[in-house]
Order: sequence, then structure tokens, then C-alpha cells
Amino acid sequence: MTADAPTIVEAGRRLRSGETTAVELIEAVIDSAHRTEAQLHAYLNLDREGAREAAQAADSDLAAGRDHGPLHGIPVALKDNMCTRGLETTAGSQILAGYAPPYDATVVRRLRDGGAVIVGKTNLDEFAMGSSTENSGYGTSYNPWDISRVPGGSSGGSAAAVAAGSALAALGSDTGGSIRQPASLSGIVGLKPTYGTVSRYGLIAFASSLDQIGPLTRDVADAALLLEAIWGHDPLDATSYHGAYPDPRARLDHGVDGMRIGVVSELAGDGYEPAVEAAVAGMVERLAASGAEVVELSLPTFEIALSAYYLIAPAECSANLARFDGIRYGHRAVGDTAEALMARTRAEGFGPEVTRRILLGTYALSAGYYDAFYGQAQRVRAAIQDDFASAYRQVDALVSPTSPTVAFKAGERVDDPLAMYLSDICTIPSNLSGHPAISVPIGVDDQGLPIGFQVMAPALGEQVMFQVAAEVERQADFTARPTLIEVAS
Amino acid sequence: MTTWEPVIGIEVHVELTTSSKMFCGCAVAFGAEPNTLVCPVCLGLPGALPVTNRRAIEWITAIGLSLNCEISEHSVFHRKNYFYADLPKNYQISQFDLPVCVDGHLDIVVEGTVRRVGIERAHMEEDTGKSIHVGTGGRIHAASSTLLDFNRSGVPLVEIVSRPDMRSAREARVYAQELRSLVAELGVSDARLEEGSIRFDANVSVRPEGAGELGTKVEVKNMNSFRSLERAVAHEIERQVEVLESGGALVQETRHWDEEAGVTHSLRTKEGSSDYRYFAEPDLVPMVFEPEWVEEIRSTLPELPAQRRARYVESGLDADLAGILSDSALELRLIYEEAVSAGAPLKAAANWLTGEVMGWLRRTATDSSVIALTGGQLAELLGMIEEGTVSSSAAKDVLDGVLAGEGSPREVAAGRDLVQISDVSALESAVEEALAANPDAVASFRSGETKVVGFLVGQVMRATEGRADPKLVSEMITSRLGE
Repeated sequence: MTADAPTIVEAGRRLRSGETTAVELIEAVIDSAHRTEAQLHAYLNLDREGAREAAQAADSDLAAGRDHGPLHGIPVALKDNMCTRGLETTAGSQILAGYAPPYDATVVRRLRDGGAVIVGKTNLDEFAMGSSTENSGYGTSYNPWDISRVPGGSSGGSAAAVAAGSALAALGSDTGGSIRQPASLSGIVGLKPTYGTVSRYGLIAFASSLDQIGPLTRDVADAALLLEAIWGHDPLDATSYHGAYPDPRARLDHGVDGMRIGVVSELAGDGYEPAVEAAVAGMVERLAASGAEVVELSLPTFEIALSAYYLIAPAECSANLARFDGIRYGHRAVGDTAEALMARTRAEGFGPEVTRRILLGTYALSAGYYDAFYGQAQRVRAAIQDDFASAYRQVDALVSPTSPTVAFKAGERVDDPLAMYLSDICTIPSNLSGHPAISVPIGVDDQGLPIGFQVMAPALGEQVMFQVAAEVERQADFTARPTLIEVAS
Repeated sequence: MTTWEPVIGIEVHVELTTSSKMFCGCAVAFGAEPNTLVCPVCLGLPGALPVTNRRAIEWITAIGLSLNCEISEHSVFHRKNYFYADLPKNYQISQFDLPVCVDGHLDIVVEGTVRRVGIERAHMEEDTGKSIHVGTGGRIHAASSTLLDFNRSGVPLVEIVSRPDMRSAREARVYAQELRSLVAELGVSDARLEEGSIRFDANVSVRPEGAGELGTKVEVKNMNSFRSLERAVAHEIERQVEVLESGGALVQETRHWDEEAGVTHSLRTKEGSSDYRYFAEPDLVPMVFEPEWVEEIRSTLPELPAQRRARYVESGLDADLAGILSDSALELRLIYEEAVSAGAPLKAAANWLTGEVMGWLRRTATDSSVIALTGGQLAELLGMIEEGTVSSSAAKDVLDGVLAGEGSPREVAAGRDLVQISDVSALESAVEEALAANPDAVASFRSGETKVVGFLVGQVMRATEGRADPKLVSEMITSRLGE
């Protein structure tokens, strides 16, 4: 079977022309989930009842002339680290098993206000720490293009659901590539917006200075549409940007003629699969043929971005995850004293990767080590920002592969954290700089596995980023669809 | 024999009475039902984020300016990481190397001498929840269970750290009192010790007099009155000297003051300083203080107790009276200012306010905010004494009447029949009766014991129920017996 769900734009057109209803859209999505979930496990919690109610409400609103906008009646899935009022939210961790938040995250409220139908909560690596969903406390998700492979991570459930048509679009969160890398491995579009443009209120924090919510969609136009619905200043998030927001859709059909595009020379070579490098090089040539001025740029600090990231993110997570102590909510172990109760709760509730990062971060912040580790990482972060700034004096956008490899086999990297960490080598710099970046599918390798192309732009440069991404999409004419079969290798 | 010099620094925590908490919209209130003033932010629920309370930042700035501090142009919140059941996020949003206020001082007057206490810093943080240990009278050891109340969690807290500039328990107490009246004056805190809205910890060490190096520092906690602060510090100084003189060594530790037993006992030993793994709070952006904004805050500062005391002394009050009046309730001070500008003599006005008026408020358990006396009335009453319309003793009854809401001093004096009799003809019969009834006293006077006049005046006063002008009566008796 193939996943042939419509885009948001197409579904919206059909809804308003009367060709379909929100109820039909959600039933198709639920039906798709029924057929695929046993193999994919994209969802932790499929909220059939809530979704059907929301779809009915969307239909009666539309019939009554109350159109809530482009997302009206559209089935959207949520990564399970976004709080949903009364609906279990676990962040993929056993420590939050059964936890139902008393409030909606700002993005969830915005989706509901925009008439979207929330399909359910998707699987992720525990607390968004991982690149394959294999670190989930509730089992691995699999890739619809090859069910022996991972969909990437940490927003792997969201990516798999959109790729399989068991959601028309989804939200993920991206701390080091957790939207873009699974989008790349699952053959869909994934966007990390400029830091501070999408509220983090209600997103269960991994690394506060890096986390950003963004869309996973079937095409570039949908990503722009979904971004517009969720971004904007939020008084509940002190890091929320409160200046003017660009119109992300304004230049979608402008092409790249006359634009200057930089190819990052550090994001190639050892560790990059030849098929990935060839596809990316091919796309760069086509952009040049479309009138872009292409230059190769060296950003030397990209070589040490991964090391800086693996100090900053664990340091922040060591504090962010301290609140999971069994005192007020979630899993609680038995202990004779408050200290014993908290320690045991955490030992039982956290998986090995989360434990590893908490320990790493605690160490990096310790007296006597702070300057050598966390302090040094912050200096590297500043140097990366300088490198980006000098690049953007020369070019409008930067491009690279999204991931050095296509989707890898489940189990292949679980015992080698370093190999797993390398999955994010192309995506991490944009998190450290706070800049927007998007992954667009541009082709498949000889096994039929999708390859993603990353477009990066300066802060609030979403308009330029979308302009290039839309051209990439046109040039790629990516029409392949996943088949939900196991590919022998 | 060694003379030991105590060295004392004080850390003060002040809860601000902003209408909402430091990082969320929950109300700040004391004594509400447990866990009713809470939300996802102050409960540390997953996904919740802090947003800084602007009013609290204005208020810490006002505190800093009142303490002669520099206001940092650039200030940052840090996370202070430690696990404790009543700390919902298991880190406290506090400040580390970039506090809002640095390098100030507070002048205090101890036994007539002005002492300047340095202020190292004042920083902004959030309060924790409250642990209520059940079954052991509030002590954690052997408690059968612990209840948690998060109403206090996230209440804005200002920590003011003095330099180790105090040299006696008395100075520590006066410093604490002075700070308390300062924050009360600013109107930024209830500053109630008994409710814990202002809390004092003392860092105490001793060293041989003249030594440059500081001795081993001990932190003393759990003092819930100024008296207990003074006692605790005095006891701790004594204890440290005893240990050192008996050849022992002190350890750096935290000690708990036991009010009933009058001793401190060890709470925990600090091996160096705890590792709180401070790092800049990524959920909040750095604060930038524009000089114009700081000046705006400065322009709203009220007159502070020290300034007011100095002004009173300059105007002619003695230091003690100036101190008592300066520390008295705002309404009393307003009455004072008004009475003086209506022509009342300074000292008399201050004496009546701090003596009779405060006494009446205490006796009748009346709050000064509802006092019925005006400055004009106090001036009127003092004028009546001066002109002889009422005697000093009758004036106290007049004041009672005014405070009880019976009307102006003249109305009360008339209504209660307290107007002084200064008319010779009206007093003549009373004087005659007194002389006739006391032939012995009259004889004594005539044999030269003129001091019996006082006794005879007293008889007339009694007969007139205190309303006779004693001076006039005395003159009348002297002149009558001299005939």
C-alpha cells in the first residue's frame, strides 16, 4: 500500500469545496493508523474519541460559516513532549507514565484555536534525547520506507505518522536536529524555526536554550502554513520574540535567481554516504542552473559544534529533568526518606541515555570543571555564531545534507552512542546559533530510502529559507512514497 | 590572656508583598489553605516556564538604592541546583555573579555611635514551598511524615548580604532592626518575623583582637525575633571563645538556635561550600537596567528611617526621642509633622505622641491606621495646657476623649468638665475650706515650714476634682497665709 494522504493545502481546498469533511479526513487518518501502527508504532496515544469530536465540531463550525483558518479540520499529530490538557503526556519516559497535564501547551492552544484536529501523541526518544526513537520508554518506532529501519529521532513518531499518512502534519521539537533528521530519514519536510519564534510554554524541556517546536509536513508550503499558525509572541515564554514576524509564504514561488547560496564544506567527506553526497551535489548544481550564485564556504567551528552541543544540552537537561522526583506527579518509588524516594524514583524512571546525559551534564557544571567544560562550550557556541554571521555577510542561505546517512537499521547504533550522536552533525550548528533550518526530501538512494537536503538561514530569515526550500522542492520533484515493506540488505 | 573580637555578618531574606509571585501570576498571601495559591509554574510541572515579575525588580532596585548600592547595568538569573522535596523544580531561580544590587552600606546607631555596615549584595530569587513535619513538633528527625505546602513556592525573595562588619550581638540586632524598618518603610514587605516574611541568619566568627585573618565561620539559623537574634549571636560568640580557650578547634558549620534552651546545636557541617552547579537560567533573558529607569525608581523612594532620624535630631529633638518617633507608625509621624506645623512645640508633641498616644493605642489595642487624633488637635491640646485652660493631668483625660472620638480637645474638655479653674473668685471658697479643715498645716506654715503649701494645694485640687489651676492656688494660699 502507499500513503497518499493529501497536503494541508489540498485537504483545506476539498473541505471548503464540500468534496470532503473533517470527519472523513480524520476517519481516513485513523484508518491509516489502524493499518500501519502494528508495524510503525508511530503513536503512543491515538486520541480517537477526542479527534472525532474535534472533527465534528470543525464540520459544524464550517457549516455555520465559522472558518478558523488554514488548519480548520486538519488532522495534526503532536510529539508527546507537548502538554495536552487531560491527555496523557509522557515525553517518552516511564517516569511520566499516566501523567495528564492540567493545561495545554501554547502551540496546542493555537492549533485548537485554529480549528485543527489533534490526532494523538507520537513516539519519541525519551525526553527527546536520541536520533532514532529507540530510546523511547515505550518501544521503538519504525520507518514506513523500510520497517526494519528507524524513522530517525527524536521526533520519529511524528515523522513516521506523516510519512505513512496517519496524520496530515505533525509538530515535533528540535534541540539538535530532532525535527529535521527524522524528516530527512522519513522522506518528508521538517522545519526548525528561529529560536524564540514558537513558544516553548508547555513543551517538556530538554535543553531550554536549544529546544524549538516546529512542523513536520508533506511539503514546503504546508510547513510554512503550519509555522504561521503556531508562531508569534507568547507572554508565557520569556524567551519569546516580540518583534515583527516575517511572512513565511511571501516568496515561496520566487525562485532562486540571483540569490547567493553557500555550501558548507565541513558538512561532507568522512562518514557521509556517497548517495547522500551525490544527491546533495546534484541539487546544488540544479540550484546554480536556476540562477543561484553558489559558493563553497568553510565554517571551521562546525567541526567542534557536536562537542559543544554535548556539553550544553546535557548541562541544561541535568537541571531541567531534576523536577522529576516522584514528589508531585509521575512515577513514585518507595523510600524511607524523601531523599531515598527521589533517588529511587529517578533510578527507576529514567532510561539509560537520559541517565547518561544527566550525569554528563551534572559533571560538566561541577565546581572545578565548569570552566573547562560548560564555560568552554559556551565560548564555542559564540564562535559558531560568529562563523554563521560572517557566512551570512557573503550568502543569503547555506545548504548541506540534513543527515550524513539515510535511515539506519534498528539496533545498529544503540550500543554506540557516539555513532548515534553523529547523526546530528549537520543539524546541530543551527540549534547552537538559534537560526532557522529546514529539511526537504530530494531523492532516494539505491535501496529506495529517502535523502534530505538542509537549507539554513539567519535569524528570522524564514522567508529566504522558504524561498530556497520551495525551489529545492520543485527541482527535486520528489514523488516517491513509502511502501511499508522490509527492504533486505 | 587573649581578648577575642567577634566578627558578624548577617544574611537577610525578605519576602516581597507584590500582588503576584516572582515568576507566575499566583497571588502572594500568608495563611491561605495549603496548595491553593499554585499553578503549573510554581509547582514545577513539566513544560511550565517562568516570566519575571517586573514589580519585584522595581522593588529590589528600591531596596538597593535605599542601601546605597550600585544597581548593576546588566544582571542575570542563575539556577541554583539542589534536591529538596519542597523545591518543586529541584533548582531555585536565584542570582550568582551578577546580582541586581552590589556594594552598599547601612548606617546604624549603637549606643549613640554611628556604625557603617557594608552591604555586599542584594539579589533576587524565589522562595521555596514549606515542609510541615508531622508527629515530632515540627522537627525533621524522626518525623512520621512530611506534608508540603507550595503556596510560598515562587514568592519573590530578596537576599541582602552584609559584609562581616559587626562586632557585637547588639550591633547585629540593631542592624537587623534597622533593615526591617527600612523595608517596612519602602512598603515592599510585611517584614513580619513571626510569619517568616523577613528572616535573619548570622555568620559568626571570633579572632584574637588585632588579627587580620577571619576565624572559622559558623552560620546560625532559626532566630524568630530580634531578641533571639541578639541572644543567639551572643551565645555563639561565647561558645566559640570557650572552644578556642579550651584548646579546641571550630568547624565551619550551620548551627540551629534553640530558643528555649538558649543554645545553638550543630545542624550540618559544610565541607567547603556546597556545589550548587550554578548556570545562567536559559528560560529568562538577562536584565538590563537603564540609568534613567534607575533614577526614576530613586525619585519614588520615601524618606528612610535613618534620614528621618537625622532630620528630627537636627530640628532639636534628642536622639532617643527622635529614634522612637522615627520608628513609630506612619500615622503618628504624620500627626507629629502636622502638629508642629500648626505651632506645637517639638518636644512636647513628640513626648505626647510616643508616650500618651502610643500608650492609649496599646491599652485599647487600636491600630494606628484608624486613629481619631489629628495634628491640629494635638497642637490645640498642647496650646490649652500652655494657656492654662487645662492642667497637664486633665489634658490626659482630654486626649482620651479625643482618641475615643468625642470631638476636638476643647469640646472634650467642656463636655467632660475638665476646663481648668483659673478664676480667683471661683477658687476662694475652696481655698478657705482647705485652710479651715487643716489647722495643723496652717500652723506649720506660720512656724516657717513653707513646704506644706504643696499639701494644701493638693487638698484644693482634690476638692475641685483636679480642675483648679495649681499655680494659682499655690499663690492664693501663700498670699492668704502671709496676711
